Amino acid sequence: MSVDEKTVRRIAHLARIAVTDDEVGPLQGELNAILAFVEQLGTVDVSGVEPMTSVTPMAMKKREDVVTEGGRAADVVANAPETEDNYFLVPKVVE
Amino acid sequence: MAGRRATARGDVNSVNPNELTLAEARDALKAKRLSARELTQAHLDAMAKARALNAYLLETPDRALQMAVVSDEKIASGEAGPLEGIPLGIKDLFCTHGVTTTAGSKILQAFEPHYESAVSANLWRDGAVMLGKLNLDEFAMGSSNETSAFGNVVSPWRRRGSDAPLVPGGSSGGSAAAVAAQLCLGATATDTGGSIRQPAAFTGTVGIKPTYGRCSRWGTVAFASSLDQAGPIARTVRDCAILLGSMSGPDPRDTTCADLAVPDFEAAVSRGVKGLTIGIPREYRVDGMPAEIQKLWDEGAAWLKAAGATLRDISLPHTSYALPAYYIVAPAEASSNLARYDGVRYGLRVPGKDIAGMYENTRAAGFGREVKRRIMIGTYVLSAGYYDAYYVRAQKIRTLIKRDFEAAYADGVDAILTPATPSAAFGIGEKASADPVEMYLNDVFTVTVNMAGLPGIAVPAGLDGQGLPLGLQLIGRPFDEETLFAVAQVIEDSAGRTALPEPWWA
Repeated sequence: MSVDEKTVRRIAHLARIAVTDDEVGPLQGELNAILAFVEQLGTVDVSGVEPMTSVTPMAMKKREDVVTEGGRAADVVANAPETEDNYFLVPKVVE
Repeated sequence: MAGRRATARGDVNSVNPNELTLAEARDALKAKRLSARELTQAHLDAMAKARALNAYLLETPDRALQMAVVSDEKIASGEAGPLEGIPLGIKDLFCTHGVTTTAGSKILQAFEPHYESAVSANLWRDGAVMLGKLNLDEFAMGSSNETSAFGNVVSPWRRRGSDAPLVPGGSSGGSAAAVAAQLCLGATATDTGGSIRQPAAFTGTVGIKPTYGRCSRWGTVAFASSLDQAGPIARTVRDCAILLGSMSGPDPRDTTCADLAVPDFEAAVSRGVKGLTIGIPREYRVDGMPAEIQKLWDEGAAWLKAAGATLRDISLPHTSYALPAYYIVAPAEASSNLARYDGVRYGLRVPGKDIAGMYENTRAAGFGREVKRRIMIGTYVLSAGYYDAYYVRAQKIRTLIKRDFEAAYADGVDAILTPATPSAAFGIGEKASADPVEMYLNDVFTVTVNMAGLPGIAVPAGLDGQGLPLGLQLIGRPFDEETLFAVAQVIEDSAGRTALPEPWWA
């Protein structure tokens, strides 16, 4: 399978990455090179094989249902580009 | 003359403190023949002279000296930890409290974590001293350290008779270069497809990626969560064993971190290989492999045989599918993990006409080319209509790769010997072609190990015709790093410790 220019723009939008017109062509070539490389996986017989979900067999860890951390709002927002009263500020989403 | 010896033997007082191995420095500190402050200062001085290598993104001399002073006090009062006073470099993928952590990316250029990664916290608990943060490929995506937003790392190694700059490998290129150039006694690193073992092989250092789950991933910037694993790079097998002993251990904050006690890795180093069966997988004999690598591999096998191991030809039939399957699984997980960089909670923000425009502009400006490429491939293989054909198929192939190893181990193989890389280090810019796959092929021997969650160690085994280091890889059973240390030590002893590069930068 290979991707066309329109698909490259669609993927970029899904990934929330702005691309310029100049970038689309080279990206298309690079993505198609990777897709051509992974094409060989189509030749492997995978019938009856379970997809891997956990690389080491382990039981899911459980812990007591209690508050472990909290009350650190100032730490949480410390690296945010814009905040007000420990809230993250973003451009208006709903008119 | 290929290089100088790794350490001067004999009287510790007569040598430059940076020429000690980590184990030697530890013993000298314990015996009070050397102070942590002297040892740290010697490394800070060496770092200041080696800025041409661009191995450190950030030097933290004030913090280092403060920590060294505390270590000296603890040594004096008999409260020393196992790594008391040992100066280390930290890959800039590990979050360090109050110290900028960039992941090699513009998007995190000003990120100052308010917490400490589990791995680095374990090292400080044991008394280690932080020298600074080490350069890496952006978000650990790369095999040459050329994708860092803050410039290449230059390898301390050069081809004989040439001053052409070489790559140190990647993504832990800063870690490997700093260790090889004696700018720290050891370094933390991470390995998602080969990012500890390939740079170790390129720089004549030792690097181990432990079993998935041995080290906590808490507080380490995520790339591909089912593959990422932290480990050390150091100048000897013993030094790696000492560091891994401190870095690893259970952590309730990472649900994939194994609840297993940490073995005495250092004790395993001197076990020898008598009675062990070492598998030699025929599928690693790839087309176009340089004769020197084949020769090194044969030599390594002969050394182990001479030391009492039994060699056995084995087959790992799905080997060649590991790399293409990796380039589906890793980008898929990366596209999901890196969705968090959206200009809202931390990192760069670039305004846009609305919130979606802000996301798109922020990510366009903040991510480099390789990272964008991988996010987009990941987005594509996870998108509606392609998920089964790509992602589910790749995860099935991962099951097959793991089964290959399980069959070999069930058949009595204790460890598997392979080359670490398909070539020695290459020149900066040499693989900058339009086809990203050319660079990806560097990881052809290492990536199988991540796909199967196994431990793997790269150990230097010799120099090529141009005087550059070449490494061998050992792959072990899950949670059996001890056997890898034992076998790697035999290779280190047989090869003679690899020389270090001439300090042309100092």
